[in-house]
Amino acid sequence: MSAASPVIERGTAASRIAGIGVIAIILLLALAPQFLSAGAVDRMTALFIYVILAAMWNALAGFGGLVSVGQQVFFGLGAYFAVRLANAGLNPFVSLFVSAVVVGAVSWPISLFMLRLRNGEFAIGMWVIAALTHLLVNLDRLIQGETGTSLISLNVYDASTRRLIIYWLALASMTALLAILFGLLRGSTGAAIRAIRDNEDAAASIGVRVTGTKRLLFVLAAFGIGVAGALWLATAITFQPKTYFSVQWTAYMIFMVLVGGIGTFEGAILGALLFFLIETWFGGTGVWYLIGLGATALVFSLLLPRGLWGTLEERFGWRLLSVGYRVRLPINASDTAGGTASPGQVSTSREKA
Amino acid sequence: MSLLSVEDLVVRHGLLQAVRGVTFSIERGETLALVGANGAGKTTLLRAIAGAHQATSGRVVFDGADLSGVPSHERVRKGVALVPEGRRLFVQMTVEENLLLGRTAGRPGDWSVERVLETFPNLKPRRHAKAGHLSGGEQQATAIGRALMSNPDLLLLDEVSLGLSPLVVDRVYASLQGLISSGTTIVLVEQDLNRALSVSNKVICMLEGRVALAGDSKNVSRDEVTKAYFGLHRKAAGGVPA
Amino acid sequence: MTNQIVQGILLGGYYALIACGLSFMFSVMRIINLAHGSLAILSAFALWLLASRFHISPFLGLAIVLPLMAVIGWALQRFLLERSARGGALLPILTTFGLAIVIDNVLFEQFGADTRSLAPFIGSLSYDSWEWPGSIYVGKLAVIIFVTAVVLLGGLQLFLTRTGLGRSIRATSEDPDTAGLVGVDARRANALAAAIAMVTVGLAGAFLGMRATFDPYAGATQLLFAFEAAVIGGAGSLWGTLVGGIVLALAQTLGAKIHPQGFLIGGHVAFLIVLFIRLSTSGIGLRGLLHLPTGKTP
Repeated sequence: MSAASPVIERGTAASRIAGIGVIAIILLLALAPQFLSAGAVDRMTALFIYVILAAMWNALAGFGGLVSVGQQVFFGLGAYFAVRLANAGLNPFVSLFVSAVVVGAVSWPISLFMLRLRNGEFAIGMWVIAALTHLLVNLDRLIQGETGTSLISLNVYDASTRRLIIYWLALASMTALLAILFGLLRGSTGAAIRAIRDNEDAAASIGVRVTGTKRLLFVLAAFGIGVAGALWLATAITFQPKTYFSVQWTAYMIFMVLVGGIGTFEGAILGALLFFLIETWFGGTGVWYLIGLGATALVFSLLLPRGLWGTLEERFGWRLLSVGYRVRLPINASDTAGGTASPGQVSTSREKA
Repeated sequence: MSLLSVEDLVVRHGLLQAVRGVTFSIERGETLALVGANGAGKTTLLRAIAGAHQATSGRVVFDGADLSGVPSHERVRKGVALVPEGRRLFVQMTVEENLLLGRTAGRPGDWSVERVLETFPNLKPRRHAKAGHLSGGEQQATAIGRALMSNPDLLLLDEVSLGLSPLVVDRVYASLQGLISSGTTIVLVEQDLNRALSVSNKVICMLEGRVALAGDSKNVSRDEVTKAYFGLHRKAAGGVPA
Repeated sequence: MTNQIVQGILLGGYYALIACGLSFMFSVMRIINLAHGSLAILSAFALWLLASRFHISPFLGLAIVLPLMAVIGWALQRFLLERSARGGALLPILTTFGLAIVIDNVLFEQFGADTRSLAPFIGSLSYDSWEWPGSIYVGKLAVIIFVTAVVLLGGLQLFLTRTGLGRSIRATSEDPDTAGLVGVDARRANALAAAIAMVTVGLAGAFLGMRATFDPYAGATQLLFAFEAAVIGGAGSLWGTLVGGIVLALAQTLGAKIHPQGFLIGGHVAFLIVLFIRLSTSGIGLRGLLHLPTGKTP
């Protein structure tokens, strides 16, 4: 009996190889600046920031079911608080992360309020929050309205050191945030998150703490996007509220997640990579590039709502970074499994993650 | 030609096969009672005829036309009207507005708001009340009236007595009797076996999505129907080699 | 002070105009159209093009643009929203957001970053005013907009309650499946509702262009105004939208009095206060903040 009972696995052979691959890639990326030009290092830093943005928006929308078009508020605040903290005398690099913590703390009271809104109302309500925050930041004398200001204290580091530190900080932030999200999805919260994603009302009825779980994702996303905003400030030095509080940032996040695959861990990363490549190739075409992004998002939402990764995963059962469980019925299990699997057939129940 | 014939109809809800190959037909002016235990597939069958569910296979032929793929609002236009289980009134709208909605299909005929109010006198004082504020009996009358407003050739009634007090059920059935004698063709789902047999001239008993028994209401005994109802009929028949 | 209140109330008429289409569509289809503001700007640019290129007065131009907007609404529902709504409540948000980005940037590509206005094409109407008792000057245009809003809201209410098509739309908004069973073509009712909503959007865009300026990216602000006015007033009936618009405009007027940059802040803050009160005094159910009980008789 025991020999033939179903085996519960956390991953596949492919996902174990992928795990090793991930570690190798991170190590490689950490060493990469040795071989890359200064411009390439800057681009890679931007890529890491995009991955953070995509993963965080995906955490919120794909796993929490909360589509927000106001996430630029946390991006802007991440940069704004960093400017403020550095201006108060804190080391500029330290202030980047303290700023993100402050953003996370600010997001908590916002969540008390906004999470009671549903669907489109939440989406656009967040946009109002972002618009209001933008206006309030403009009132700060230090920022001088739309003129903006700079993270001047970063100038004590020479350009190449600065570039390297920011690169490693971005890489480390991306890795850490992805690891946190991965851990969250794999842990006991992960089951709750997937239950909410699949059917919120049913999840609530079987005792899943819906609001608490959503709040956790909301604060995590705010913190992560705050990190991204602060890092962006570090690369750009100048802080103009209009740039940071622009809805364009959310448009990028939506594009990346929608194309990559909403609600899949790998999809957001794939989406960020694609966005990075598209930006590199077509970013110079200006307004047509933006039209293309909007149109692509539109088409994906209509024709391929599961995104590239979601579609591939469905078609081929791919899974690299497994966040769920899968039940494998061993061969010849038909006697014990009550005929649900015919002899010689390995049936894997579909897990979604 | 039969007014309605259902041919080997199969309807699925996801993985569940609610109706598994049902065949029957009824003539103009007849009244067919569908009986059977909960989950036997009666409601699904009725909704599939009305177009609220699409059939997986098989056909519904109405007045000589195949209804496969025809959406529900088109079927109303062709003369099929369903009084759904649970009434499903538009609760934010008044009785009169609910009735007028039945006009949408625009079929010619005698039914008007006035005639519905005469047929169901209890609705008269409630004409401008919100449907959500009506009593159970008044709601049922409105639901039937709404279906009649489309001047249907075929009226499908799903558990019209559910949740109503016996007195109110008597009144609803008294009005139905009037419709039947005026020649309206009716298929009704009814839990109360006696009532089903007395009001109809044909009866079908369903079991697990199939027809377990079909016959003339006059000729089948209550005992036979009860057996079919619980599946005893089929087992007995299967046990005796033909 | 009285003067400013009067101006605020009149401005509220414009907000009601831009908001009523948003809440109407939400009531019927449960979709918040994030391209709402961008479509208003599209209408304003269309009128501007007709006026500057072909010398067609914006009022006359409406005869061309409004039917066009109705067609756009119909097509929007049939080809985009209907399809994406089948994928759940979240997809339409993404679809309409993508559409908004496309519209904004196509307008930018066509018309550039310049700020435009329809004011030069409507003659003295843009600055003419009446003097009311108490030496209050009210702009003729502002009064026209306000009256239009009242007439439109009243007309919409009458249409919904007194006509067969209106009843079909209300029935679809309550229960699309049952609507089909009584003979209502729910798809057609939805497309019709979207067409009507887009006509109101087109009208709002026209008035925005006449009373102020606009640029290709002005849609987002208009969307936020529409949403705020609809939520502030959305509890009652279509008339609630008018109240919401007026409250929003008065809050902005008050904000501008407190701080030179307080106009927008005042509106956002008023919105959040109303939201807070509504969330803490009543459970917001599945129907949501914006839902209008369209069955309410006038």
